[in-house]
Amino acid sequence: MSRSEKKHKLSYLIAAFLLILAWSVISHLLNSPAVPSPHLVFLSFIQQLERDLITHFLISAYRVVYSILLALSLAIPIGLTTHEKVVDSFVAPFIYLLYPIPHIVFLPLIVIFFGIGDLSKIILIAMIVFFQVLVTTRDAARSVNKYYIYSLLSLGANKKDIYIHVIFPFALPKIITAMRIGIGTSIAVLFFAESFATTKGLGYLIMDSWSRADYPSLYAGIVSMAILGFILYLILELVERRVCKWM
Amino acid sequence: MIEALNVSMVYPNGIKALKNVTFSVEKGESCSIIGPSGCGKTTLLFIFSGILKPTNGRVLIDGKEVVSPPKNAALILQDFGLFPWKTVYENVCLGLKIRKVNKKEQKKIVESLLKNLGLMEFKNYYPKELSGGMQQRVAIARALALNPDIMLMDEPFSSLDALTREKLQNFLLELQNRDNITTILVTHSIEEAVFLGRRIVILSPRPGKVVKIVDNQGMGDVDYRNKREFFEKCREVRKSISLAI
Repeated sequence: MSRSEKKHKLSYLIAAFLLILAWSVISHLLNSPAVPSPHLVFLSFIQQLERDLITHFLISAYRVVYSILLALSLAIPIGLTTHEKVVDSFVAPFIYLLYPIPHIVFLPLIVIFFGIGDLSKIILIAMIVFFQVLVTTRDAARSVNKYYIYSLLSLGANKKDIYIHVIFPFALPKIITAMRIGIGTSIAVLFFAESFATTKGLGYLIMDSWSRADYPSLYAGIVSMAILGFILYLILELVERRVCKWM
Repeated sequence: MIEALNVSMVYPNGIKALKNVTFSVEKGESCSIIGPSGCGKTTLLFIFSGILKPTNGRVLIDGKEVVSPPKNAALILQDFGLFPWKTVYENVCLGLKIRKVNKKEQKKIVESLLKNLGLMEFKNYYPKELSGGMQQRVAIARALALNPDIMLMDEPFSSLDALTREKLQNFLLELQNRDNITTILVTHSIEEAVFLGRRIVILSPRPGKVVKIVDNQGMGDVDYRNKREFFEKCREVRKSISLAI
């Protein structure tokens, strides 16, 4: 590990420490059961782990990871192929009409079509992430400098080569940025999707402990949600470091 | 032999880039194309390399009409030639990879080229980690990897500082002399055109027409740059260009 990396890690620790410190101070000042101290939440977190926090966590993770994968598997190929004018003239109107709608309002329709199980939750999250990634990928695919393509064509490249060697690598850093934003959104939507018609998942845990005024459990749920987001973020960071070394 | 026969180009947006351009370059000969910016010289190069189709006229290589990028020609561009997301090795290898040369052969060709061009220790670097001069050497290496008979270059040295530019010009000259590669070089530098082209084609402002073809028998030697003949040739070319504008 280099020195700057060590410094980098240290600054994360300091930030975490400051947040926890602020939290303790606020909880101490308010002295309300609605804001338990970090130490109490930690104990409850451990206690919950012994109960079913892990199951809730895994189910939430499963839902959100599947949603993201589903969204990417559709948004990336469609986004990249908008490099072709023919594809774009077909896709663009749909984006303009559908993107500005808050997709969360489709929830009732999704439930009608796909039931109240995991599938409709996954579809709801995927739909929202899909548009975020699609819009960015499309912008990237259309902004590839034509000289890159000429340069590749002169080497005897075909269409497939252009996508592999130019359009995809060019768009990749932008796709990863879109995913970074998408992860945040997906967790927010996950919470919403898990707040009804399910008895599993962190969203359920939070809503349930809230209604029971079980604040330590509520906080354990919130912390777990944060950890889930953080882990996804870290994974993306590792992927980015591997595939975007050139940036 | 490369021939441009009455080549005209009008872009779909109505811009007339070239008008009835006719000239030829013998096998193994070097030719510079010079003209004011926007005169369609880059367009002409893309037509030679089979990437753009002229709206009128034809380009022949060894008597055959160019309709797609010819296998024996390599193109070197000013800025967007190298892919920033590929390492030096991957960039140089790319043409071989696309032509499905086997991995072992790729490695052999690329490594010997990198060695020759003094780039071996940079093989895992990304282009942005290299100086401009080194980047253009990588671009030349990639072209040479395909063992081309023809090299088409679009202002390959224009973004370099004067010293690096001269070094690479010398390098290119030695390459031309050694491998007998037919080269067409597009440039806006009179000195570069005279130093590197046995034949100098002067184009008019847009739409580019051939104003004059200057013969430049004296070139071919690194020392030419310091000779009286060189300066006189530069003056001749400069005069023709100013007449054209």
